[in-house]
Amino acid sequence: MQIHKYDTVIVGAGGAGMRAAIEATKRSRTAVLTKLYPTRSHTGAAQGGMAAALANVEEDNWEWHTFDTIKGGDYLVDQDAAEILAKEAIDAVLDLEKMGLPFNRTPNGTIDQRRFGGHTRNHGEAAVRRACYAADRTGHMILQTLYQNCVKEGVEFFNEFYVLDLLLTEVDGVKRTAGVVAYELATGEIHVFQAKAVVFASGGTGKFFKVTSNAHTLTGDGQAVAYRRGLPLEDMEFFQFHPTGIWRMGILLTEGARGEGGILRNKDGERFMEKYAPVMKDLASRDVVSRAIYTEIREGRGCGPEGDHVYLDLTHLPPEQLDAKLPDITEFARTYLGIEPYTDPVPIQPTAHYAMGGIPTNVQGEVLADNTTVVPGLYAAGEVACVSVHGANRLGTNSLLDINVFGRRAGIAAAKFAAENDFVELPENPSELVVSQVESLRESTGNERVAEIRKALQETMDTNAMVFRTEQTLKQAVEDIAELKQRYKNVSVQDKGKRYNTDLLEAIELGNLLDLAEVLAVSALARKESRGGHYREDYPNRDDVNFMRHTMAYREVGEDGTESIRLDYKPVVQTRYQPMERKY
Amino acid sequence: MSTPTLDKHSAALDAAENSAFETITVTLRVRRFNPEVSDEVSWVDYQLEMDPKERVLDALHKVKWEIDGSLTFRRSCAHGICGSDAMRINGRNRLACKTLLKDINPEKPITIEPIKGMAVLKDLVVDMEPFFQAYRDVMPFLITKGNEPTRERRQSAEDRERFDDTTKCILCAACTSSCPVFWNDGQYFGPAAIVNAHRFIFDSRDEGGEQRLEILNDKEGVWRCRTTFNCTDACPRGIEVTKAIQEVKRALITRRF
Repeated sequence: MQIHKYDTVIVGAGGAGMRAAIEATKRSRTAVLTKLYPTRSHTGAAQGGMAAALANVEEDNWEWHTFDTIKGGDYLVDQDAAEILAKEAIDAVLDLEKMGLPFNRTPNGTIDQRRFGGHTRNHGEAAVRRACYAADRTGHMILQTLYQNCVKEGVEFFNEFYVLDLLLTEVDGVKRTAGVVAYELATGEIHVFQAKAVVFASGGTGKFFKVTSNAHTLTGDGQAVAYRRGLPLEDMEFFQFHPTGIWRMGILLTEGARGEGGILRNKDGERFMEKYAPVMKDLASRDVVSRAIYTEIREGRGCGPEGDHVYLDLTHLPPEQLDAKLPDITEFARTYLGIEPYTDPVPIQPTAHYAMGGIPTNVQGEVLADNTTVVPGLYAAGEVACVSVHGANRLGTNSLLDINVFGRRAGIAAAKFAAENDFVELPENPSELVVSQVESLRESTGNERVAEIRKALQETMDTNAMVFRTEQTLKQAVEDIAELKQRYKNVSVQDKGKRYNTDLLEAIELGNLLDLAEVLAVSALARKESRGGHYREDYPNRDDVNFMRHTMAYREVGEDGTESIRLDYKPVVQTRYQPMERKY
Repeated sequence: MSTPTLDKHSAALDAAENSAFETITVTLRVRRFNPEVSDEVSWVDYQLEMDPKERVLDALHKVKWEIDGSLTFRRSCAHGICGSDAMRINGRNRLACKTLLKDINPEKPITIEPIKGMAVLKDLVVDMEPFFQAYRDVMPFLITKGNEPTRERRQSAEDRERFDDTTKCILCAACTSSCPVFWNDGQYFGPAAIVNAHRFIFDSRDEGGEQRLEILNDKEGVWRCRTTFNCTDACPRGIEVTKAIQEVKRALITRRF
């Protein structure tokens, strides 16, 4: 076991982690731990754009952006946080441009902007051009630009270091941050990183669904580690299904395709979104569009022999426009489906995309141990966190924004905390939990296989906890997950070695997915209403009287060692916007 | 309401929508190496039932998940964006997640090896550190002088287009590890580093071009390129790598960029 000492440790090197690292490295001795190489992070897969009311191409302002974000989140958004997001968006985009990000340009040389779902002029009048973009590889450009600036600032990375535990030490009755424990993939060695401040920026958890836009590595590691250490997870029932994933594969096709004029059609060629969202049509918010697609499919208007998908039609757009604005996604259609989007519509279906919930934080990125108490020295930003700026449904382009605004805030706040505070003593035997977790998996002779349990988990989640949910399906999911958790106790790995043991890693990741899937299902079961991305067929309406509140899920361990989930609730912060019926 | 019907399906769309899962037997011939177990390299054949429309990455996963969990490779996004899974497939550098079985003659055994010119650490995992060091050495970040503007720097659409091709790089190393010069001389910066230098040298906002050109004027720099076009053929992003290298050479001679 090696022990390292840093002022600030950042866990994860996607957009939020690297944005935090750029700030923290200037102010404190900082280490970034990442289970991948930084440029492999899934920020790079984001396509369409980053929202900011620059008003470069038409009238816009951050107040409209705030309103759209709150309405998009079906009023579960904390309105103070949304205001910060929209206000700081402008500098966040300009900062990236100054760091070198090659945005597409307007004829007069400013950053170009395009339409995106749910972003409107004057509180819903019509779609507005707010998404700043670089073709359909905006996330790639953000990830590259942030990594380039990390190189420039000399950020210290520990690549392929997998954080498996968070160390909290109780001082005068208060749990304080002491560091993290990581597993080095190359050697199998355990490393303890003592730190004054820790920032979790480890990304999403979409791999508990089968059809997903998420990378294989998005397994909710940060959320699971925090949860196991007794910290709550907020609003985990709210998971976004992006309307346009490649049929059966789930590969993302950006909403920017509809922003550029693409149209969704059913088997009759009908532009069905006109029925569901008369004003915004194909650019309604993602939850609305995904439900509309599944309604079409369920009512027999789906396409293909099984009627299980619809079309994203780009054939009316000039090939030059597709080449200039949507080169990557048109190539995906050619590579993976063998079709030509100039002339053929693209078969699509909703794909599990984004966790609105996560580790609760305040607007400084400080992690909360309950509804109000801050964990000193602990921060989170990006998809792993829940500020909550996305509420019950995130707007497209607001996640690339979120990672930049709150990644920056968390990086600054963590470094400031590190400057003003001393190290907290490490707990006795700090790597105990990780060593026992790793060794028991390595030595297990059980007869269960990781891949089989993971497949069963993904099947039950897709069947029972996706776009449409009922009490019955969610109970089924809870039951299935409980059974899979039992089976997981008998899981074993074939690779018993220390060197690059990705077999072992996948087993650990599966444990994380199982815990988080259970939190999602239990939280969803208790939320007897429909709001944003959480749609209950047995409770089809939003219920502001009983459910205008955030879910806070805690892991409880009984005296006999049995685990359970305790649900609590946290009020939503409302400032100037009263909840209204949500129409697009 | 405009509702043009889509009654005319192309054969390609019909084929894409054919949901029947038809499998064929595929042989994956993988170069295995794990110094923890043995210093010897071995080639292992795996027989798999696969749909030809599946990716090589799916086949590797099938081996790992159903046959031998110790088979080791890097991967993440699985659709050609993250750059983790460059490998030699039938002797050619490709991304495993962007290569469909049907496109590489699945009737014959498919050979899978790690990319060349880098130290193999285990199975298909190679040491990427020297590759990233070469990248860092070309100062791959915007260098500017003077005061920053309050708003964005202006750039015409034409100036933006000038370096668009080289912004696509995902640092997968398919190009560098396909280069015969790099195989013989690991000190050579390699195509990927030059591509990333190009991305800044030809960015109208950048003022560090001279510095980068001096770095690439080194004996291990851009002049080592013998224009074999292997890099261009290997690039999974379709970047005209050799052309970019030639443009850097020309800029070194003319000092115009």
